[in-house]
Amino acid sequence: MNPSFARELLAERSRFLARRWFLRDCALGLGGIALSSLLHRNASAKEAAALASAPAGPMAPKHPHYPARAKRVIYLFQAGAPSQLDLFDPKPALAKWNGKPVPKEVVKDQTYAFIKPDAALYASEFKFSRHGQSGAEISEAMPHLAGVADDVAFIRSMTTDAFNHAPGQIFMNTGSQLFGRPSMGAWVTYGLGSESQDLPGFVVLSSAGGLSGGSGNFGCGFLPTVFQGVPFRRTGDPVLYLSNPPGVSGSVQRRTLDAIKELNQQRLGAVGDPEIATRINSFEMAYRMQASAPELMDLSKEPKSILDLYGVEPGKASYAANCLLARRLIERGVRFVQLFHEAWDHHSDVKGGVNAQCQLTDKANAALVRDLKQRGLLEDTLVVWGGEFGRTPMVEASIELGRKLGRDHHPQAFTVWMAGGGVKPGVTVGATDDFGFHVVKDRVHVHDLHATLLHLLGFDHTRLTFRFQGRDFRLTDVHGDVVNQVLA
Amino acid sequence: MIAGQPEVEHQRPHRRMHEVGGHFSNREGTVGVDATLEVPVSIRTRASETPRAYCCTMTRDLSCSPPPWPAWLPLLIALMSVSFGSSRSLEADESRPSSAQNSRNHWAFQLPPRPEPPPSRFRKFVRNPIDAFVHARLEREKLTPSPEADKPTLLRRLHLDLTGLPPSPAEVDAFMQDRRPDAYSRGVEKLLDSPHYGERWGRHWLDAARYADSNGFEKDRTRTIWPYRDWVIRAVQHDLPFDQFTLHQLAGDLLPHPTTEQRVATGFLRNSMLNEEGGVEPEKFRVDAMIDRVDAVGRTWLGLTIACAQCHDHKYDPVSQREYFRFYSLLNQDAETHVEVPTPAQAAQREAILKHARELESQCRASIPHLDERLKTWVQSQSSRAGSWIPIDSSEWHSQPMKYEKQEDLSFLGGGDATMDTVIRVWWDSSIEGITGFRLEAMTDANLPLNGPGLRADGSFNVAEFVVETTPLSDLKQDLHQPATNRVEFARAMADAEAKHWEASKTIDGETTRGGWANAFTAGRRNQSRRLVLQARNPVGSKQGLRYLITIHSKAQQTGLPNQALGRFRISYTTAPGTLSVDPFTEAQRELFTSGQVLSSSQQSELFQIFRLHQPELVEWNQRLDDAWKGWPSTITSLALQQRPVPRKTRIFHRGDWTKPTKIVEGGVPAILPPLPLEAPRNRLGLAQWLVSTNQPLTARVMVNRVWQTYFGQGLVPTPEDFGTRAESPSHPELLNWLAWEWMSPRTIASSAERHRPLVPWSLKHLHRLIVHSWTYRQRSNMTPEMLERDPYNRLLARASRFRVEAEVIQDIALKASGLLSPKVGGPSVFPPLPEGFMQLAYGPIPWNISEGEDRYRRSLYTFWKRSVPFPTMVTFDAPPAEQSCVRRTRSNTPLQALTTLNEPTFNHAARWLAYRAIREGGDSDRARLNYAFKLCVARAPAPKELQTLARLLEDTAREYEKQPQEAARAAFLDPKAPPPLPDGVSVPQLAAWASVARALLNLDETVTRE
Repeated sequence: MNPSFARELLAERSRFLARRWFLRDCALGLGGIALSSLLHRNASAKEAAALASAPAGPMAPKHPHYPARAKRVIYLFQAGAPSQLDLFDPKPALAKWNGKPVPKEVVKDQTYAFIKPDAALYASEFKFSRHGQSGAEISEAMPHLAGVADDVAFIRSMTTDAFNHAPGQIFMNTGSQLFGRPSMGAWVTYGLGSESQDLPGFVVLSSAGGLSGGSGNFGCGFLPTVFQGVPFRRTGDPVLYLSNPPGVSGSVQRRTLDAIKELNQQRLGAVGDPEIATRINSFEMAYRMQASAPELMDLSKEPKSILDLYGVEPGKASYAANCLLARRLIERGVRFVQLFHEAWDHHSDVKGGVNAQCQLTDKANAALVRDLKQRGLLEDTLVVWGGEFGRTPMVEASIELGRKLGRDHHPQAFTVWMAGGGVKPGVTVGATDDFGFHVVKDRVHVHDLHATLLHLLGFDHTRLTFRFQGRDFRLTDVHGDVVNQVLA
Repeated sequence: MIAGQPEVEHQRPHRRMHEVGGHFSNREGTVGVDATLEVPVSIRTRASETPRAYCCTMTRDLSCSPPPWPAWLPLLIALMSVSFGSSRSLEADESRPSSAQNSRNHWAFQLPPRPEPPPSRFRKFVRNPIDAFVHARLEREKLTPSPEADKPTLLRRLHLDLTGLPPSPAEVDAFMQDRRPDAYSRGVEKLLDSPHYGERWGRHWLDAARYADSNGFEKDRTRTIWPYRDWVIRAVQHDLPFDQFTLHQLAGDLLPHPTTEQRVATGFLRNSMLNEEGGVEPEKFRVDAMIDRVDAVGRTWLGLTIACAQCHDHKYDPVSQREYFRFYSLLNQDAETHVEVPTPAQAAQREAILKHARELESQCRASIPHLDERLKTWVQSQSSRAGSWIPIDSSEWHSQPMKYEKQEDLSFLGGGDATMDTVIRVWWDSSIEGITGFRLEAMTDANLPLNGPGLRADGSFNVAEFVVETTPLSDLKQDLHQPATNRVEFARAMADAEAKHWEASKTIDGETTRGGWANAFTAGRRNQSRRLVLQARNPVGSKQGLRYLITIHSKAQQTGLPNQALGRFRISYTTAPGTLSVDPFTEAQRELFTSGQVLSSSQQSELFQIFRLHQPELVEWNQRLDDAWKGWPSTITSLALQQRPVPRKTRIFHRGDWTKPTKIVEGGVPAILPPLPLEAPRNRLGLAQWLVSTNQPLTARVMVNRVWQTYFGQGLVPTPEDFGTRAESPSHPELLNWLAWEWMSPRTIASSAERHRPLVPWSLKHLHRLIVHSWTYRQRSNMTPEMLERDPYNRLLARASRFRVEAEVIQDIALKASGLLSPKVGGPSVFPPLPEGFMQLAYGPIPWNISEGEDRYRRSLYTFWKRSVPFPTMVTFDAPPAEQSCVRRTRSNTPLQALTTLNEPTFNHAARWLAYRAIREGGDSDRARLNYAFKLCVARAPAPKELQTLARLLEDTAREYEKQPQEAARAAFLDPKAPPPLPDGVSVPQLAAWASVARALLNLDETVTRE
């Protein structure tokens, strides 16, 4: 054979191979993950071939173990730990005990960060009443939520292992108090991929203060980086480095990207590395994201009725705006949207604090449920609301720290609510004792909540695993029972 | 394998599922399990195939970690071992998972013999024994090695691998022209001698060391431990042999006469995170840090997932929970201390002050006749002052937000959030009568800043008021802490040492928020234990029992200083009649000075210091001696470890829960590995010596494997963090063993540079020379379809590997190519531009003041690492978050990466400067300039077609910018209002177009790839 012809043939084949990669593995622009993971693995040629014929990249939509009730999740994370006793778990008995020390047999050997173990009990200053057909008890602090009570399921018997904020948030979001594990959103996108081709699969929005648990709350741990939550920002570019640099117009950007693509393709032809094809595709997706993300963030096209429903002031970043953005994100195929609102750590003036935060969030929470419902999205969108732990039935006060009428951290019991996506509407699960201190009925541990979330998404939580360091890790570690009472 | 796809026979279960479940889909992409399968699917999946498979595993095992063998196998083995009397696994306290028997023969736990290199068929491709081993496998697989890479590729590969920076065009040209036979070796030596080599390979180590500049958790406060980072860079740079490198980092403080450097090196262990959230239990997070350290040592040196045995016996590897805690015990003997790191100037200044103080002291001593006699008499005369003090054993104490923990000597040691004022309350029930006074000891402790006794950075403290209140036990209602009924009145307060304005009497003046007793002394006297004695006006106590509430106020508002609370303290009482006095000595000092033994000169000086302060006639001398310490420079400190005088007892935690301690264990190592020598100390030193003993089968292979991974994209064992029974076998076991032996006891001359110097055991540079001189390393990385088909991950090494460089290197390439990169090595971490508002994501944001001057363009490893919101460029390119030890980074390829290199400010600055540089240095023609810019990025000249593409981009964008001069100015200059001078004959639109070209070049796959 003519040597130059042979070379030509070889080049043609490698181009073909690369093209195959490009089309099959990189169809969604993220196939490089797959390849880079392969670099760590020992696979036979047969496997490699199987691999080359495998569908799309890691973010391709995938089916779970079972038919799913929920296809996507909006998690409204109330960081700082809202007071369940002032919102969802009325304790009339506390009125009788108000100002008296909590009995020692109740507290047992729990120690506290700021209060003494025999601190006085503190009855809620909020009035509770029953709402909707379900008769769910909600305090006057959340009048809007009361309006959608029949769409919501309350779990009053939540309990956690963590006492402090950072470990508590990390535990609630990753199932471990130690840093370094993948977050819920990462697990879910790992298992389900994403239906969006020009937005990340897992998006994070935040309002109020910075997070105690930091970015570990939405990290990917040992899962590939592509499953990490991508924070959409309130100021500047919605996604970091989304805008072109100064002086680079859309057409200069396109020309530049075309040149990069051409040069990369030439290199691909010369060295035959399929990873180059993935890179070409990453750049294309980045380009698409440059258009889709600003469009997403632009709320000016939303009708006034919708803005009013949520309580969004156009052009102003807020929790309410984030709720509306969450809806827009899932409409565009994003798999997991997590809102973080770090503002509930009411060591002092719990009444004022709860009121203030409800002012900022209650209307939007209810609007989100209503809006999803009217669009037929609530059916297969799971909405979860909750913090990292609860607050004590005892009062926190300290002259030195200038605190009064507050509540300290309380891992033993707190409330989480869920709506949509296969959740039984209007149900209230679990109960706490007369003090609201311990769970006395249907205890739901953090791992159980995770198991339930995965169950609704169609997963057997024991089988959504990832091997790392020789062990198959799960979101639920070695625990977790699905909370059947909350399932529709 | 792609996410969600079980890699083997994935069609079959899906099909089956379809058949069985009816409504289940078997469309591609289904993650599923076949409930009807009789055997776990994982049996059909070779365990060795999935060190990091992206699969939702298909296994029916409900436990977290299913074994790759049938469930009955361990049982059978257990039965067999019983019947054959092999009872090791049945020993009561060595109980192990039953799989342990299997793993005893696991290759990684055996000390391998040193293999001989096999003969190679590809003799002309053999440059050293590495190739012989690689070729043996190639031959078996019927593959041939690739030809050598071309020179520019090879040079860029070497530069990126050894220094993390691309070669300059001049370096490429020089290398191309160098016809000397040892040109390559010379190039290698030049790079190994460069300080950038230390930075590059130091950074790899810092991944394992989980180095960061903040504490982590909620508060995530800034910590100073960059001296450790610089130590690593220097140690690597100077090729400190790895056994020493290990000893210093794990036990530098335990070496004879440890230097500051050696103590700084113990920062490896201190890189654990620290929770300072208000009200945390310090012990909980100390335990968490210990768990982290066991994990880090296990991962870094042993390649063992020993951390898996924290809650229960390891499921796969022969490590029992008891062994875990024995290992933990070796690391559990220390105080978390700070080591002062003076600059050379400070060190000199300190030396001068010390010298002056010593001189003054000897003059002072000389001025006192019969000093020895007088000292002796004085010490004896003080015996009455010792008093008889009995520490109170309190059952309740409270403080906020920081917490104190009771120690064995009944003192309290503070921890947690130490930034706010603290009021300490201690309750004590007693029926002792006739209590005449209380004593408060402010005690030094290695855990405190500069040993304390206070919590401020210089170890100072303040006690504004010391209050004792009592309530008859019979009056106590249900409220444990009801207000006390009586307040104890004190007649007087005195201390062993007082500073002007901070006298002991102020602790009983009724002012709880002002003034007080403090150790407001010069540096020479500050960090010492002190005693405060308070005499009650009337004896206190009741046979029926009193509850005492002792409150220590340390608020010092008028100073505006942060927390001045005591770091460690102890409260005692006495019933001695008459006037109380203060002991000038601590218990230890008293014991020493009255023992009659000969005092060392420093002990003599210590005694004299105390003595002179009690001699009224020495007032002037005392003043002069104190004054001598003025100007004592305070230095930065770095986090370090210091062994506790009394070893800490380590207990096994039931199910890993620190609140459930059970049996006490002694320090030790897993029995599957060689034991600690009998004479070895059961502490970090013993551990470190054991880790680098040559009969320990793991350390050398684990480390050699990681080095290999850096050069070939993956290790010979693809899971460097796990050499256990679940790990894949090495692709070239003999090569791994040979490299390990060659590293520990070198015999091979790797290059001409080693011809005239002795070979040093454990030298990383020797290992580097061996690898980079091998044919295997020098091959081309080009992939042919056949290669991809046969060996897509290049485990057989018929070619060199081609992979994207790490996060830091990507940014450094851009900075180097543009000429912006500062070559400065070491120093405090720097703050390159960060998007506005980014820091607000943190609970505890810090001011991110963008570094000025060259610090803005330092190598990426110097970027300040804030754990709760790490620097986005680094995270986007898979830099580990420093939350735990990392010995293998992932390598992803995402759109966010594209956005970063396209638009992030530092990359954007680099593009503009690269444009400028190409025009100024590249020659006169566009062609020459394009050539030059291209070469700056990828070290080779562009092919004609590539040149064409670039030229077109230049032309098209220039034309566009001609029409938009304002846009052009914004694209060309960082600050269009104050543009730098244009190069001759270049217009603004042209410069803007060049910036586009430069931006394209910096974004090329080849630019961010090591080929």
